[in-house]
Amino acid sequence: MNLYLALMRRELGSYFASLIGYVIIGMSLFLIGVSFSNLLGLLNTRPTDVPASELFFKSWYFWLILLLTTPLLTMRSYALEKSTGTFETLTTTPVGEWEIVLAKFSSAMVVHMLIWLPPMLCLLGVRWYASDIAGVGEGTVASTFLGIVLVGAFYLAMGCFASSLTSSQSIAAMLSFAMGAGMFLLSYWVLYAPDQLGTLAPVLSRYSLIEHMQDFARGVLDTRHLVFYASLILLFLYLTRKVLESRRWK
Amino acid sequence: MDDGLMIEVINLTKRYAGRTAIDGLTFSVRRGEIVGLLGPNGAGKSTTMRILACFMPASSGLARVAGRDVFTESIEVRRRIGYMPENNPLYLEMRVNEYLKFRARLKGLSRVRSRERVGVVMDQCGLADVNRTIIGHLSKGYRQRVGLADAMVHEPELLILDEPTLGLDPNQIRSVRQLIKSLGGRHTVLISTHMLPEVEMTCNYVLIMNEGRILAADQPQRLRASLCEGGQVVAEVAAPEAELRACWAGFPGVASFEICAADGEFLRCTLVSQDGLDLRSAVYDRVSARGWPLRELTRRQTSLEDVFVHLTRAEEEEA
Repeated sequence: MNLYLALMRRELGSYFASLIGYVIIGMSLFLIGVSFSNLLGLLNTRPTDVPASELFFKSWYFWLILLLTTPLLTMRSYALEKSTGTFETLTTTPVGEWEIVLAKFSSAMVVHMLIWLPPMLCLLGVRWYASDIAGVGEGTVASTFLGIVLVGAFYLAMGCFASSLTSSQSIAAMLSFAMGAGMFLLSYWVLYAPDQLGTLAPVLSRYSLIEHMQDFARGVLDTRHLVFYASLILLFLYLTRKVLESRRWK
Repeated sequence: MDDGLMIEVINLTKRYAGRTAIDGLTFSVRRGEIVGLLGPNGAGKSTTMRILACFMPASSGLARVAGRDVFTESIEVRRRIGYMPENNPLYLEMRVNEYLKFRARLKGLSRVRSRERVGVVMDQCGLADVNRTIIGHLSKGYRQRVGLADAMVHEPELLILDEPTLGLDPNQIRSVRQLIKSLGGRHTVLISTHMLPEVEMTCNYVLIMNEGRILAADQPQRLRASLCEGGQVVAEVAAPEAELRACWAGFPGVASFEICAADGEFLRCTLVSQDGLDLRSAVYDRVSARGWPLRELTRRQTSLEDVFVHLTRAEEEEA
């Protein structure tokens, strides 16, 4: 536990000591801000019966920002250490592989949450101005945030895995972007063109991230979604651990 | 468990795809010794050290540190070693004291203990005046000292230092060597280098490696003595060459000699003696008896360099 905390502190420090954390958070908040004001403008032109959170998180904006930021957050985690050689000093200390994997993953999670916390506060802020606050209830906003955390955690776990495979940051970023975009496009396909998928459609619809996010943004907490994300996150963390361990296979 | 051996390596082999980096290595290192691993680039020094530091496994064979197997008891071994890899990788964005504290915590020291130890190693390595500096802003010499301080911070039983003086200027090299020398006795130190003077100055045991095998293992003085065969005496004498030749040919104790021209009328004679005899006084007596002017008379000791060249060349000839 102590080792984990020491590692986590350094990992988190590395985001902010090298500016990359500020840049990613700053740029994301800028994009989120633009999209938020755009959607609020839309709300002013015509009435809608969907919650504001759903309006926002079913939009292209959310997915675009998510797809772009997560590879940037995780591309450095192992690739940079491998290319500079610090991976060698790290793994020759008495630290277990799980501690390394969890510390890297959770520090990326902290930055991810720092990115998405302000828009949540904005959603709550809308309550001050809205005549009808049914669309922005606390519960809805909380479950939306949970959805963002879970989808983000899944993407970051994939990113960590991609980064553990290579010593090049750009390959790591490209790999995790391809996996993330692949998952997103699959969801998009299931949602808007299920006919093309034929008999596979009902199976693949279980993997539709957009549909999951829609539920979270409506304030629906479905245990199936929780299990889905928890198992995928664990799977990728486990794979990352295996990759680290493979260095010591004979 | 504690039989005085710090490192025990038996028949260690490491194969990369299509290449054998180390081949049936066997050696042992006693506690408290400073051991130099000497060899040209690509001899397998770094590979040996990486295996001992538990960074990668061997293809076959056994390696034990402090009686513990590096493969099956890796965590226990890692607790007991301080390893500084080649090129000394560091987190450049961290401050010196912050980095050392982080490393001390990783190596299992408590918060209080790590603060204490970081203070001690910073003094020991001369880092006190840069303790708040960002590592990326430090000169190469200072970075090297940060690496050393990191390796020593948890008072490991064994220090494994891969080319600790690589890329330093002569003053820095001297201070790093002194530091390593001062560690002997309390710590066991294994350093690798391709610079021979380094080994002669700091180590009390040498392992000479080439192409993944150990060619010789002994104390530096004894290695030198084993090859030196009495050493050579160089004398610069002003005399007719023919007379000189005749003189050395019948000289007792001279195994072979060479004569070449020096500047002026002087000739430079290199005499190789039999059975380790020191020929200097005999040479002086003979030359002065003949009334020849003598301006230099030295005994050349074999350096480790000669030993090294001799061993690696012998190996080539065998192949």
